[in-house]
Amino acid sequence: MTHTLHRFGHAKDLASDFIVTMMPAKGINDGDAVAKQKAFLSAAIKYKPVNLGDSTKGAQYRPVKNGSPMMHWRRDAKPSPEDVVKGVDTPTTVSAVFDNYEAVRSFVNEVKEMDLGLSVNISSIPAEAIRCCNDCDLTRHSVEYSLGFQGRTEKLPDETTLKLSSMCGHGMVSATFAKKMIEWVRSGRRSPQEASRYLARFCVCGSYNPSRAAELLGDVAHTALK
Amino acid sequence: MRIDPKKCVACGNCVAVCPMGAIVVDPTINRAVVNTDECVECYACFRGMSMERLNPSVVRGLRKVLSYVRLRFDPEPDVCPTSAIIPDELSWPRTIRRAFSDVTATHESTGIQGRGTEEVKTNDVTNRLLLGNVGFTVELGRPGIGVRFRDVEQVTRTLAEAGVAFEEKNPVTSLMTDRASGALNPEVLDEKVMSVIVEFAVPAERTRDALRLLKRAATSISTVMAIGVSVRCDENGDTDVEEIFAAEGYESLRAKTNLGIGRRELTAQLEGQEVRA
Repeated sequence: MTHTLHRFGHAKDLASDFIVTMMPAKGINDGDAVAKQKAFLSAAIKYKPVNLGDSTKGAQYRPVKNGSPMMHWRRDAKPSPEDVVKGVDTPTTVSAVFDNYEAVRSFVNEVKEMDLGLSVNISSIPAEAIRCCNDCDLTRHSVEYSLGFQGRTEKLPDETTLKLSSMCGHGMVSATFAKKMIEWVRSGRRSPQEASRYLARFCVCGSYNPSRAAELLGDVAHTALK
Repeated sequence: MRIDPKKCVACGNCVAVCPMGAIVVDPTINRAVVNTDECVECYACFRGMSMERLNPSVVRGLRKVLSYVRLRFDPEPDVCPTSAIIPDELSWPRTIRRAFSDVTATHESTGIQGRGTEEVKTNDVTNRLLLGNVGFTVELGRPGIGVRFRDVEQVTRTLAEAGVAFEEKNPVTSLMTDRASGALNPEVLDEKVMSVIVEFAVPAERTRDALRLLKRAATSISTVMAIGVSVRCDENGDTDVEEIFAAEGYESLRAKTNLGIGRRELTAQLEGQEVRA
């Protein structure tokens, strides 16, 4: 689906938001996709993605299903990208999220050299994808553009909340929860980084950008001080 | 989805995490309850929250004591302390809620996870969208509002009247009882889901008409919809739709770009066909 396409934002805050996905075409080249997708994810780890995910098994930030009460004080905040790679056991959509262009360019260049044969897409500001194609000597094959939202848009939440919640295109990050995290950061109950991780854990496919979320949450606090 | 009243301690953590706002702590029984008409079976609460398996009576007792002395514990906001969230066995037509709302559920009609199809993400392999055509993905209910199939049918009927060709391999198309009119199976019309993607393609010269048609369709629904427009690039990697977008008052700040490095595998079945789309 179009899970990374319709991220609400402005040119400035979307400029550091890149998702590189790999997907097999069902029934055509998905026969040995698992090994290729593991190779894709392993290669991505070298370029320090801010998130990594497999749309069926989960992302590098995950909930725990048998938690100890101590998690309220000593929660393991470290991402586990290796677990994502290990978990891939069926053809799926895998993704790596980056917050800087140089990492994307280097990663795409490596993926191109690996010549895995599965389709690779970049979700970003259109100009940045063109730049990446030029830098990596690739020719864009197809593009899907987002034209934003129509209909009863008065039902949508405020801009910052929408920026935070729409980063999960599958709708797993609730606008109410995003609002709650904004309030928690504003009132000093949690840091922007902690709040961004809470949000990221709900995004199963790993396309959530916790780095952008932390920046947005930090901005909320700073803006209120001005 | 339901919340086991024997386990729930009314901590309220699940209330905020529900994307549809379908969970509330009922003050008369002091337990969280799910409004099943609004719940879209997305599993965000069940799967997204971390779980502890604490004794509910002990937790309730502690909460009562702390509340009495006006103290409040500051727990992690994404934890259900007693694993009280329980998925229900679903039957038709409610099964459709999960199929269109839970990202990990595989659609029987497409064989892939999610609400749509591979779209142009694998176009370098499938060649499903050719030069000279423009593909549209209309995702109703996104972002975060949800949609009932009654609204979806409003849009499919408007599109059908204009004679658009719906994408064959799309879950919504498979729910149509009459593609010529855009009518959906009446059994599903009251079902609410996270979002639904209607897909169709038109010849490039009809792009403006399609955009105007969607603007008109958007006025007839009680939810929101996100519009995606797909094109195949020319041999230089260029497209000319941006000019049309600008002329119709759209600005595209986000796009998904297929890098063209996928290819068909040469299997016995595919031998003899073009290797590279």
